[in-house]
Amino acid sequence: MLTLENISFGVQEDSKEKEIIHNLTLSIDDHKFVVITGPNGGGKSTLARLIAGIERPNQGRILFNNTDITHKTITERANLGISYAFQQPVRFKGVQVLDLIRLAAKKKLAAADACTYLSEVGLCAKDYINREVNASLSGGELKRIEIATVLARGTKLSVFDEPEAGIDLWSFQNLISVFERMRDKTDGSILIISHQERILNIADEIVVIADGQITAQGPKDDILPGLLGTASAVDACSKFYKGGQ
Amino acid sequence: MGGSSAISNIDPIQMRLLEEVADLHETPAGAYNIRANGQMAARAASENIEIISKEDGTGIDIHIKPGTKHESVHIPVVLSQSGLSEMVCNDFYIGDGADVVIIAGCGIHNGGDKDSKHDGLHRFFVGRASRVKYVEKHYGSGDGKGKRVMNPQTEVIMEENSYLEMEMVQIKGVDSTKRATKADLAAGAKLVIRERLLTHGTQFAESSFIVNLNGEDSSANVISRSVAKEDSTQIFIAEINGNAKCAGHSECDAIIMDNAKISAIPKITANNTDAALIHEAAIGKIAGEQIIKLMTLGLTEGEAEAQIVNGFLK
Repeated sequence: MLTLENISFGVQEDSKEKEIIHNLTLSIDDHKFVVITGPNGGGKSTLARLIAGIERPNQGRILFNNTDITHKTITERANLGISYAFQQPVRFKGVQVLDLIRLAAKKKLAAADACTYLSEVGLCAKDYINREVNASLSGGELKRIEIATVLARGTKLSVFDEPEAGIDLWSFQNLISVFERMRDKTDGSILIISHQERILNIADEIVVIADGQITAQGPKDDILPGLLGTASAVDACSKFYKGGQ
Repeated sequence: MGGSSAISNIDPIQMRLLEEVADLHETPAGAYNIRANGQMAARAASENIEIISKEDGTGIDIHIKPGTKHESVHIPVVLSQSGLSEMVCNDFYIGDGADVVIIAGCGIHNGGDKDSKHDGLHRFFVGRASRVKYVEKHYGSGDGKGKRVMNPQTEVIMEENSYLEMEMVQIKGVDSTKRATKADLAAGAKLVIRERLLTHGTQFAESSFIVNLNGEDSSANVISRSVAKEDSTQIFIAEINGNAKCAGHSECDAIIMDNAKISAIPKITANNTDAALIHEAAIGKIAGEQIIKLMTLGLTEGEAEAQIVNGFLK
């Protein structure tokens, strides 16, 4: 479904080129639930942004369903069937939750149909459908709405960048069940960037990225035991005790 | 839009303007006065609402009887003749305990090369414990070189425990506008103003509000949301004076685009220790992340921008 071939990406820092992704090659097969983990600053979020088209690689190419999308825009990739959930969802003054879900679904959904996506992510739909996607929403609420927009799109590939970031423990416990349900129901592939043991635990495949390269990759049962107890696979509580992500 | 109910002496351009500014597709229910090209085109009174031309011919007086409930008054103005310039004074006398909706609005279609101008002075005398919702939309169209100019002035006197909600919208086609609104509130009166403004091209818009909170427990909330595009200029002035135990809040939130210029000048003055006054003003461009988020939903950059502006002005 998705193939990254020899991808390199760098940014200019203090007039020097700093490489964030180094010659990385990765394939995501159809109907797979893949979790990418690894230390902070290792290039995971950059990889997600490269897939969505927000960043463009300096080298290499990206194939999606056998089409070369390396030079395609964010919009073109979205319309080909790639969805991307932000690590920090964006707020919009005046735009209601219903508007956002309708934009995502690309059709004038009836409010009742839009509500099913909100219920899916554990929000009581009638309380939220007319709310503005503004600063009055908490981090956890915003995250759920972000996930609902991805569900409403129902695309072949959904990429989630650290769904656990910026939300409280209670909200996070509830979010895990959203991903568990998504894993059972979805028709496409799911790619999640996460350090959470419970999310890693439902993966078909785990990819570990450090220093812009893949350091381990394979079925969950092969990879997860080696990660337990490290920062790449934290249990929900330790994240909050240590205050880290 | 039944044939029998169409307004007889209104031409198609004027009808389109009426649809834009007053959502009118046919003769409105309740009392109304429609002014077209400087003259009265249609008028109707109701049992409780009387509309009388001023003796000097400068405008109309609208009298709403005390206790009138759930009635509406439409007083739209349309100009389709290029080069017409007029000044209209309308006075609204709202009786004690009334509960009404007033829909005003002005549409100018200028297909010629001369400037068309509508200046209006609306005065509201809002009786005790009455509730009024006032909606005013301004709209311009036509591709002539002549400018479309509107300068509305509004004066409001609110008696005890009255409530007035004003919604003022100018989204399209007005080249130059200078709006001035002044309100005096007695004890327990509450004023809510919502303004939405979009300017583009080389348009100029100035909006100023002066609210005097004179009576105990009076309150005012002035909220402006605006978008300035291309080479347009906007000035927003909100002045709230707290002269008693009262609560006042003004908020100006603006999106700036292209080469536009926006000034927001909030001013609050407390002349009483129990006056609680707040002002907020923010001007900024559309955040890049907002555009990117909508692009990840499959919108183009232009579509994303339009959605963000649309939502902001909704």
